[in-house]
Amino acid sequence: MINRISAISFNTFREAVRDRVLYNLIFFALLLVAAALLFGQISIGIERIVLINLGLTAVSIFGIVIAIFIGIGLVSKEMDKRTLYTVLARPVRRWEFILGKFFGLVGTLVVNTIFMAIGFFAALLYLVHHFQRSDTYLLVAIYFIVLQFVIVTAVALLFSSFSSPLLSAVFAFALYIIGTFAEDLRAFAALAHGPAGWIPTAAAYLVPNFSALNVISSVAHGESVARTLIAYNTGYALLYAAAATSAAALIFEHRNLK
Amino acid sequence: MPTTIDLMNHRTAITVTLATVMTVCLASAVVLLRRIDGMRSGATLEEVLYIPSPKILKRMSLGYNGLLADVYWTRAVQYFGAKHRAHAMQYQLLAPLLEVTTELDPHLIVAYQFGSTFLAQKPPEGAGRPDKAVALVERGIQANPNRWQLYYELGFLEYMERHDPAAAARAFERGSQVPGAHQFLRVLAAAMAQQAGQIATARMLWTTTYETTEDKMIRFNALKHLRALRVDEDVPRLEEVAAEFKRRNGRPASGWAELISAGLLRGIPVDPLGRPYKLLPDGRVEVADPDSLPFINQGLLPGKKPESLVVEKKS
Repeated sequence: MINRISAISFNTFREAVRDRVLYNLIFFALLLVAAALLFGQISIGIERIVLINLGLTAVSIFGIVIAIFIGIGLVSKEMDKRTLYTVLARPVRRWEFILGKFFGLVGTLVVNTIFMAIGFFAALLYLVHHFQRSDTYLLVAIYFIVLQFVIVTAVALLFSSFSSPLLSAVFAFALYIIGTFAEDLRAFAALAHGPAGWIPTAAAYLVPNFSALNVISSVAHGESVARTLIAYNTGYALLYAAAATSAAALIFEHRNLK
Repeated sequence: MPTTIDLMNHRTAITVTLATVMTVCLASAVVLLRRIDGMRSGATLEEVLYIPSPKILKRMSLGYNGLLADVYWTRAVQYFGAKHRAHAMQYQLLAPLLEVTTELDPHLIVAYQFGSTFLAQKPPEGAGRPDKAVALVERGIQANPNRWQLYYELGFLEYMERHDPAAAARAFERGSQVPGAHQFLRVLAAAMAQQAGQIATARMLWTTTYETTEDKMIRFNALKHLRALRVDEDVPRLEEVAAEFKRRNGRPASGWAELISAGLLRGIPVDPLGRPYKLLPDGRVEVADPDSLPFINQGLLPGKKPESLVVEKKS
């Protein structure tokens, strides 16, 4: 089973790496990091802060775009090209296929993030000449960004398992935006009583919560990130991604592929 | 039948033609746009805040509020810089831009420090709104109670801009209690409490600013103030020396040389820029070039008022 999943993962990774769009996106992310060096010079006193904010935002946004645009095509592309039937004709279960696709894309995103992070740290070193102890929290911020990618990939895969690529992209982006408002949704629910309170509460817990995974602004000021937050965020992202991937596998299991 | 070479030449010709058309069109469009900008000067993106509510902006940033704060801070700096260069008397967008910036990122200390300076100084050096500057710094202290620099900024504003030594002393005292605060805060608090001489206290404040800031522009501003303070001290002292000569000899000195030979001066006195002061027949002393020494109150040409008074009248 593990061999089958890893084979699908590896192929997904290889296919994604061959995609020219991926390189364009990484190039633009690195370009933004470089632009941050110039941006800081037209302001006062925020060269380092703007590099961190712009650099990590670029890593995050481009990663999410990659996760959604590649994630939505993971299943539909295989169906369009009819390669899915060749795979499923072998002793590969449908859920194994979904899981392999998920790990393949997450692997691609992790490798991309490593490259973008190297570019980001190189720019930071160029600007400040030496790293500080508080810069280790930048790694935590990047780790949280990767956790966001894990959730977004699972969500994109979920929509991809039952919808067209275009609709999947719309749904995934919409869910990402709603996810950034999850805390507001909960705050709104707390003010209401009865069904007006329960429904938004349920919706707030159902959508992924991205706000706790965004610590870019605080690490830019050298603020520390609590270890418990790292542990809870890791647990939350993995559990949410597992739930979304399971839902994707469930839908795909019952989907009529004829 | 066309040969391969003919086809290649044809393709090259198409490529060159298209590249030429593209370049010419783009260059013409740029020229045209510059003309349009020239026609609409001042009507471009100037006095528009687009979204005045920091809360809405924070929501729209999708969690990337730190980056948006940087953008707004840069916008505030650029807005101030452009207005300052044009010797503007109105800085209407400055306060809202700073409010948006600090709401988006309450920990952006530079926005409170430098933003309050931009707001407080009299036009055209700043917006001439010390009340808003104090409110901005108070908000900064609320969000960052452990940053002694903000208490220093507050005390500075209270003393220099609002002329309230008691409020300044309270601000410096509060700041001196913050762990790791600069030891100068305690000295400043004491100086305020003792109502020390204005020039000495002002020099202490501007020297602290000069020594603690890392920003070139703020440092240069502090340097200009320190130079002005020296002129304000030098001129009355030199006029007193000239008066002393007149008392002794019954006539005014014809120049610095007479004062030097009388043993009242050691050499020709120069201003902070190294230019000799001018001794006038009536015993007054003037600086050689008042425009190169902003903020001075002494040594000005007859009828030329100190910059701050001129500005107050204009505004």
